[in-house]
Amino acid sequence: VCIHRVRWCSSIRFIKSKYVCVFDKSALKFSHQQRLFRTSAVSCGQIVQFKLSDIGEGITEVTVKEWYIKEGDSVSQFDSICEVQSDKASVTITSRYDGIIRKLHYNLDEIAYVGKPLVDIEIDASKGVASEEDVVETPPMSHEEHTHQEIKGHKTLATPAVRRLAMENNIKLSEVVGTGKDNRILKEDILNYLAKQTGAILPPSPKAEIIPPLPKSETVPAAPKDKARKLPVPVSRPIVFSGEDKTEPITGFQKAMVKTMSAALKIPHFGYCDEIDLTRLVQLREELKPLAQTRGIKLSFMPFFIKAASLGLLQYPILNASLDENCQNVTYKASHNIGVAMDTEQGLIVPNVKNVQVCSVFEIASELNRLQSLGSAGQLGTSDLTGGTFTLSNVGTIGGTYTKPVILPPEVAIGALGKIQVLPRFNGKGEVVKAQIMNVSWSADHRIIDGATMARFSNLWKSYLENPASMLLDLK
Amino acid sequence: MVLQSSLKNCLQRSCILRMPKAGFRSTTSGGLIIQSISNDVYQNLAVEDWIHDHMNLENRQVLFLWRNCPAVVIGRHQNPWQECNLRLLRQKNIKLARRRSGGGTVYHDLGNINLTFFTTRKKYERMENLRLVVKALKALRPQLDVRVTDRYDILLDGQYKISGTAAKLGRTTAYHHCTLLCNADKFVLSSVLKSPYKGLKSNATPSVPASVKNLFEEDPSLTCEMLLDAIAEEYATQHQIDHRITLINPADETALPGINNKTKELQTWDWVYGKTPKFSVSTCFNMVYKDSVLDVKVDMDVKHGRIEVCNIDLPEQWLPPALCSELMKSLTGSKFCPNETTTLVTTLLRVCPQDDELHSKWNLLCENMIMLM
Repeated sequence: VCIHRVRWCSSIRFIKSKYVCVFDKSALKFSHQQRLFRTSAVSCGQIVQFKLSDIGEGITEVTVKEWYIKEGDSVSQFDSICEVQSDKASVTITSRYDGIIRKLHYNLDEIAYVGKPLVDIEIDASKGVASEEDVVETPPMSHEEHTHQEIKGHKTLATPAVRRLAMENNIKLSEVVGTGKDNRILKEDILNYLAKQTGAILPPSPKAEIIPPLPKSETVPAAPKDKARKLPVPVSRPIVFSGEDKTEPITGFQKAMVKTMSAALKIPHFGYCDEIDLTRLVQLREELKPLAQTRGIKLSFMPFFIKAASLGLLQYPILNASLDENCQNVTYKASHNIGVAMDTEQGLIVPNVKNVQVCSVFEIASELNRLQSLGSAGQLGTSDLTGGTFTLSNVGTIGGTYTKPVILPPEVAIGALGKIQVLPRFNGKGEVVKAQIMNVSWSADHRIIDGATMARFSNLWKSYLENPASMLLDLK
Repeated sequence: MVLQSSLKNCLQRSCILRMPKAGFRSTTSGGLIIQSISNDVYQNLAVEDWIHDHMNLENRQVLFLWRNCPAVVIGRHQNPWQECNLRLLRQKNIKLARRRSGGGTVYHDLGNINLTFFTTRKKYERMENLRLVVKALKALRPQLDVRVTDRYDILLDGQYKISGTAAKLGRTTAYHHCTLLCNADKFVLSSVLKSPYKGLKSNATPSVPASVKNLFEEDPSLTCEMLLDAIAEEYATQHQIDHRITLINPADETALPGINNKTKELQTWDWVYGKTPKFSVSTCFNMVYKDSVLDVKVDMDVKHGRIEVCNIDLPEQWLPPALCSELMKSLTGSKFCPNETTTLVTTLLRVCPQDDELHSKWNLLCENMIMLM
């Protein structure tokens, strides 16, 4: 900062005296009062009644529809205070002053009158002092009823925080390009301006020789001739981070998911994973896709996975069961209502295809299309989302290979499918061939399902998919 | 950010009035006429926001012409549940938008044209704009009986509303926009603007229903294009500017920096539904369950589109009390939205006792609750 000031004073001589003046006299007082302002709840500012200004068209009354601030909030000039409505016109009232809101004169839906006080704002008394056009912008404390400020001289808008930052760094606001609303100067604009001045942010240059920075060298590359000799070292600036943690309540669907997942974790899960060679299925689907298209249906791999699962469940019905709360009884569900996890804006929802055991692959595809379009429109019904007995999650459409899926109560098993990758594998002749490989990760309730059952079910499911023709034998 | 320095790309069109412009620099100061090439209600509303926020209208006024695919547009402080049939909108895939100006609810489709008059705050004058429109219509078809009312409507034959007005005033700029019915689908209009929701109590701005008529019905030779041209021409004459309409693309981020964010914001649930002023729902319905009819009474307070308070009165022991209170507790804080409620209640069912009878009762009750939204 020291080096800064010296450099500025040497290059911008005509301002020098003004700067010195400001810094010596009022600046300290200014910052001192600012500190007071921030730390104490009881302030010594002046309370100004901000009156509702003329709306136009001879309107005298409006209804207050929304407050953007509440008592105790601090506002900057031009911040929105409230929204009022009059006869089909919605008006945004903005603040003329910087300060703290001390009183709202109206409640929502009350009638407010033009020319009467709308809010009371406590203004920091020291603000009136700084009148430097170039460094600080100050609103004139007039009693005129204008809705927008007449800014004398240059039209540079900036909040007090930004003006302070500019002043601390000896920056002339009129030289900074504002990128905010109405060309307002934002903090980023000041920081960018600063960065350009100090050369702190440098793109990596491939041509530069690696010169170790001299420990006591000049830190600012003031003239071009210096560049060839020294590698500029960034001036250290305090990192300004004004982000804040944001806390939100968990509501609605999210809250329900918290309950469900907490219940799910009470189930002792065990996992079983495997790799499936889908080369033949990929070919088959390519052949069948146009045929399905002629019938108006988009055919993905899921209908095959779902039907194969149902065929497997016929042999291992315990995977399509439900355990009661006290773990006293197991109910073997007759219908195979296979759920398909869908990623929507809200999160994970699981509609299910009912009675897969009596559906053809085409019918399953058709039903999936219906559920998918309803899902993306946010119009799934309660019957679509309840009654599931077994779930498949195709997380592979997003990515991943192996996962650890969580069982959705009251079910006892779930399968997650990874993405299909082209990988080299050995065929029967010992040759390396291209294979379409997909990974599957099963989770099952270990209280009633043992590893062997899960493994056999998975092998059966795998064999149907690796050799789709074998499905024909068992299709009902 | 002044529009003249950033607008670059415009499309070619083969109409006498509409010409491609490489920027606004060559336009005579005093006025500008622009037309949107998009029929997306959110994109077009975003253009209004953009001009309002970024354009310097000191010596230049702007007329913006636009049309939308079927959509219902509610005023800034209105309650969509009170104003339209949300179920029907969802079924027919008609969009719902909340504009930033005040006023009532309107139905837009391609048979309706929208006109927005941008001026500085000081030069805001709605009557003048509407008189301009009437003048243009009369110039086009002198026999048309159209006039402006003191409620800022335009009436045809003294009784049918063909135009509604709304306005937005900011710190330095203001805009007044209005609709004009040329050939809109009146059947859809009347069915979507009828709310089926009962028991709503709120301080939201209510719409004033009116009989409407299309100009096309009065004179079948009229088209939207003709109306747009006539109004543009009258505007150009009154402001002494070129009779040229510049086409703009509301998706062009280079020409309108920041426009895509504005478009996105207008589509968020928090804006469309969340900005509804606080309201309460107090209603009752009958449910038929296995030969018996049950009366259910529901009371809810909704703030920012979310259920603040929820009370459901059921016949004793029809549902286990613990379950009923679980439902009420879960709905509290949740969005007053059928989709959110559906996913919420079906997910909750997973951790309820697995009893078919219980499940069917729960589903029946929840489906009725969802119908209220």
